[in-house]
Amino acid sequence: MNAILQPHQHFNKVDFKPKDYKDEKTPSFWCAGCGHYGVLTGLLRALSELGVDPNHLVSVSGIGCSSRLPYFVNSYKMHTLHGRAGPVATGVHLARPDLAVVVTGGDGDGFSIGGGHMPHLARKNINITYILMDNHVYGLTKGQCSPTSREEMKAAVTPYGGMEEPLDPILYMLTYGATFVGQAFAGNAKLGAQLIKEGMEHKGFSFINLLSQCPSFNELDTALSFRNACDQVDAAHDISDRNAAMQVVYKAKQEGRIPTGLLYKSERPALHERMAELVKRVGGSKDYDLRKIIDLARP
Amino acid sequence: MQGITKNDLIIRIGGEGGEGVISVGDFITQACARAGLDVYTFKTFPAEIKGGYAMYQVRASTERLYNQGDTFDVLCAFNGEAYNMNRASLKPGTTIVYDSPSDFTPDIPPGVHAYPIPMTQTAKEMNNLRAKNMVAMGALSVLFNIPVEALREVIVTKFSRKGEDVVKGNLVALERGRELAAALKKTDTWTLGTPKSKNEVIVMSGNNAIGLGAIIAGLDFFSAYPITPATEVAIYVAKHLPKRGGTLIQAEDEIASISQVLGASYAGKKAMTSTSGPGLALMGEMLGMAFMAELPCVVVDVQRGGPSTGLPTKHEQSDLFMAVHGGHGDAGRIVLSVESIQDCIDLTVVAFNLAEKYQCPVLLLSDGSLAFSTQNVPYPDPANYKLVERERWNGEGEYQRYKFTEDGISPMVDPGTPGGLHIATGLEHNESGLPSYTSANHEAMQDKRFRKLKNVVNDVDPTEVDGDGAADLGVIAWGSTIGVVREALQRLRAEGYKVKGFYPKLLNPLPVQQFEDFGASCKQLLLPEVNFQGQLAHFVRAETSLRPQSYTICGGMPFTPEMIVNKVKEILA
Repeated sequence: MNAILQPHQHFNKVDFKPKDYKDEKTPSFWCAGCGHYGVLTGLLRALSELGVDPNHLVSVSGIGCSSRLPYFVNSYKMHTLHGRAGPVATGVHLARPDLAVVVTGGDGDGFSIGGGHMPHLARKNINITYILMDNHVYGLTKGQCSPTSREEMKAAVTPYGGMEEPLDPILYMLTYGATFVGQAFAGNAKLGAQLIKEGMEHKGFSFINLLSQCPSFNELDTALSFRNACDQVDAAHDISDRNAAMQVVYKAKQEGRIPTGLLYKSERPALHERMAELVKRVGGSKDYDLRKIIDLARP
Repeated sequence: MQGITKNDLIIRIGGEGGEGVISVGDFITQACARAGLDVYTFKTFPAEIKGGYAMYQVRASTERLYNQGDTFDVLCAFNGEAYNMNRASLKPGTTIVYDSPSDFTPDIPPGVHAYPIPMTQTAKEMNNLRAKNMVAMGALSVLFNIPVEALREVIVTKFSRKGEDVVKGNLVALERGRELAAALKKTDTWTLGTPKSKNEVIVMSGNNAIGLGAIIAGLDFFSAYPITPATEVAIYVAKHLPKRGGTLIQAEDEIASISQVLGASYAGKKAMTSTSGPGLALMGEMLGMAFMAELPCVVVDVQRGGPSTGLPTKHEQSDLFMAVHGGHGDAGRIVLSVESIQDCIDLTVVAFNLAEKYQCPVLLLSDGSLAFSTQNVPYPDPANYKLVERERWNGEGEYQRYKFTEDGISPMVDPGTPGGLHIATGLEHNESGLPSYTSANHEAMQDKRFRKLKNVVNDVDPTEVDGDGAADLGVIAWGSTIGVVREALQRLRAEGYKVKGFYPKLLNPLPVQQFEDFGASCKQLLLPEVNFQGQLAHFVRAETSLRPQSYTICGGMPFTPEMIVNKVKEILA
């Protein structure tokens, strides 16, 4: 009894094409040429390959252009507050560990206002998939520097040019203890789909950084510049070696390049598995006699 | 000092943190409750982790107790600091039991009874310095007729896990203390009465009782973040929720806590968090989303002294403004407040029931004095609690999450249900949940969300009115101040005053008609509360035609019955 619930039980349940996972009720939201379309294509393709039952899929987002993505996915979904998609998704998942939970959000949402949550999703190994739609800019508020913006970016609140060092989401997630870390250019929907599919199959916290151009507010990072800067990680790279993954990123950065593909993957118990073990250890169940708990307060 | 009564005794034990002051208080409390006496305790911890002055006060009586009383009748001082801290309260007629020889020699004020007990010395002689508190307890038991059989039982129960030697050592120290006290001449008349009957009771602190109430209510998911004085709610739940198959997570901050709670609620579970004022402030934005997206949740706020970091370990009732209106936009909440340990259990269940029924945040206000206060309550029979589940979609027709209904309540659906796909969003939305910013829709949706709250008053017990007929003065009180007012009114009535009390537990939406009815029966109104601005008085003036006189204190301590009595007499003079 008390088998640990996993989303995998809802995979390979339907034979849906990517378009069958597309929710058409909300009109298109993003600008023409936006990289986020590529993210959506990759996600829909991954869902189709997984054959996940949409009734057992929950998409969660925060606030920003990217956070509108759940509206376009056939699933249960939550459009929450700026920066809070991670903890909300944690609540959904821990309450119902059988559900497949996918978070999508931007670089500002995830690493600025929501930055305090990221370490804990990773170190606790929350069994959700987090897709960062990283366009190095705040788009919905019409062009301000984000934590991943290039230092030299001139933007609405930095009219004379930026003054801050950008952070690298991949290095942070490796350091925080994420057990699945991958990166791709959003325009490479095939690689995006592959990483999302593997991430959702992964037992634990999976983080996928999808570099997505913003044609309206970021002139520095175009689709072409992203595509040209991406290098598929070497086939000899040992994905179980966290130090090696960091070295790959450091080395690429020095050369102005972006490593893509699956960079790191490891196995350790996810939080919901440890919690299920705890319930088992204390003989927990819905039928546990309340009086046994109340009796402990007798004088 | 209310004069000597044999039925009602208040013993204050003071000493260095870590000296066993808290244990003695706990043992006496447990023993009295076991023997069938009513108990009401109050304690203060040093703000620092190590050392400092710790105080535990036990009030025990053969009569029903509603508060911690005015001041102590008996002081038991473990050290000089405890003596110095309480020296001013040693009024004629009171009693001091103190360690002697020790680091201090009290000068006993005239009329004060004194019993020196060699607590430290005796413990040293027994090569068991830790047993100092047991020597003191033994002495107290003889001097004030604390049920000794029950004390021995409690000692055996509490120490049995530590082995026979420890049990025996403590029992021997207790007997030694009894011998020492028996050799002294009793000069005062303080003594505990004989219990009338022995009922089935439990003894709990406010924080634990809220945890128990939540578990009785069917709590599935709890997200915790440590904060004084609310942490014990989480500690209790952490221990017992896994037994019921539920989940507790410690979050990275209060924002994450309330976010996780809403995620769990969306997933179909009964979810809550507990915090104090600073944490509630951080949760404000997400509570707005809970109202907008119509997600049930329960948030407990164990209030402490503010503003800002304020007085973290002290008592205050100062979060009412924030509880009712602390959010952006035009959002509603249900706000309940607890008077007693019984309420901590019962109203937590009510809070869950209201959250589930009305699909909105329910805030339950407790306070610093109730948090650690322990009281006996009748053994709660879980079968006696009516539990409410959210209305769920019956699967017929096309599902619309925010469908307009007469009472504003739209059936929810759990993820996993075929045909129920929908989005919960903080954006204004139409009936199906999709964004809609038209004025007609926004007005209709706001009306729907607030329409729900109109019926809340019918799901909460009518506000208790204490006293009949017309009164010269009516006292309105909330939170743990109610218990103080109850006793004050009893004393005033005994002196012939025509006074009434009104004790609302539902503070938002305010039961306006009930306030009006009460006000109509009183010539004047007084509203005592422990905050500077008179927060409930503000709401009463804003929402009703009543104009209560505000009586506020904010010194970090609760009111005493004597303070209320004096104030009422002053007004009616």
